[in-house]
Amino acid sequence: MTYWRVPFDANDIEISKGIVYILDDRCKGCGYCIEYCPKHMLQFSKKFNKKGYHPPVAKNPDDCVNCHYCEIICPEFAIYSAEAEEDK
Amino acid sequence: MPEPSKKISKSPVHPLDDLLRTDRIPHIWCSGCGTGTAFSSCLTAIKASGLELDNVVMISGIGCSGRAAGYVKLDSYHTTHGRAIPFATGMKLANPKLNVIVFSGDGDLFAIGGNHFIHAARRNVDLTVICVNNLNYGMTGGQVAATTPFQAKTSTTTTGNPEAPFNLPLLAYASGATYIARWTILHTRDLTNSIIEALNKKGFSFIEVLSPCPVNYGRRNKEKSLDTLKLYQEKGIIKNNANPADTDIDFEKGIILGKFIDIERATCIENYDKTCRLV
Ligand SMILES: Cc1ncc(C[n+]2csc(CCOP(=O)(O)OP(=O)(O)O)c2C)c(N)n1
Ligand code: SF4
Ligand code: SF4
Ligand code: SF4
Ligand SMILES: [Mg+2]
Repeated sequence: MTYWRVPFDANDIEISKGIVYILDDRCKGCGYCIEYCPKHMLQFSKKFNKKGYHPPVAKNPDDCVNCHYCEIICPEFAIYSAEAEEDK
Repeated sequence: MPEPSKKISKSPVHPLDDLLRTDRIPHIWCSGCGTGTAFSSCLTAIKASGLELDNVVMISGIGCSGRAAGYVKLDSYHTTHGRAIPFATGMKLANPKLNVIVFSGDGDLFAIGGNHFIHAARRNVDLTVICVNNLNYGMTGGQVAATTPFQAKTSTTTTGNPEAPFNLPLLAYASGATYIARWTILHTRDLTNSIIEALNKKGFSFIEVLSPCPVNYGRRNKEKSLDTLKLYQEKGIIKNNANPADTDIDFEKGIILGKFIDIERATCIENYDKTCRLV
């Protein structure tokens, strides 16, 4: 993360960790999740789903901060995030 | 390309699946259509509102956005074109404990259904009206609507719309609505918060959601769906409590978003009981 000013408490803040789940066959390839993921961790996959779209895939799954933005911008109920339980 | 993580491949269940008729998903909305996002935000709000789900109903009219009532796993009603508000009014008056949501399009609510809208607002019927405003009649081939911006191209205004559009928050305010907000599908969290507030507010609430229709409106105005979202990002100006007279849609000037009105006024049922149910 780049800051224009490093917050004083940057080292104390615990960044949440998430896992992103993708329901391939619901996706219609609009790219909203890819464009607006703040961690830029999604990209179109090479595979085709049942409807012939390329669903997204996580290129760096460990980067997910569980912000849910992909989940709430997706028009298709095709992607969501959940809290990663282990290794806090 | 890196392989997807193993965790992703186990069959996942979307957190809104319990409110969706999943046998009908994928829905009919085109790739990049904003209606799905507005609908998803509405379902999230219903869940977060704390309302008893058995008392929540969704009514839609006709149009692409009007299909929403067919996807929600709650009591719902897909009415005739323009008549979502009269059906909803009847439902609320017959069973006042219901929390009635109208989810429909700009054409349905403000062209054929415009008169119903102004009178329900005037009477302050306790409804939450969510309008997916995609600036045209999506379902029937992208005809000009009462909300199409001046000079925008549609299938029936091929050289540009010669008319001025409605300013919906101003129309709602002048008619008597007690809660008025406008967001875009990009401002999803604000939109969800507004729907939660509206659901828990008594009286006529109106929320306008600007939403891309890439297939009809977008194509004719050289906007891919991501371009429309960029436009919302660049031209959106959040100004809570803005005067509804200033909220006309003009993409050159900027589009004012926010919660504009949140006032109290006796509802239709309260006034009726006070006047006609004298004991
Ligand atoms: C009585 C009647 N008149 C006309 C129509 C044709 N019609 C169907 S949908 C529609 C407009 C829908 O526009 P809007 O409400 O903006 O929905 P959108 O498809 O854009 O989401 C019209 C005119 C109809 N179904 N019934
Ligand atoms: S939850 Fe946030 S960080 Fe994780 S994939 Fe979705 S948008 Fe990206
Ligand atoms: S936002 Fe949804 S439909 Fe669009 S590309 Fe992402 S997963 Fe697919
Ligand atoms: S025609 Fe427009 S409004 Fe209708 S589903 Fe397609 S993109 Fe959405
Ligand atoms: Mg429309």
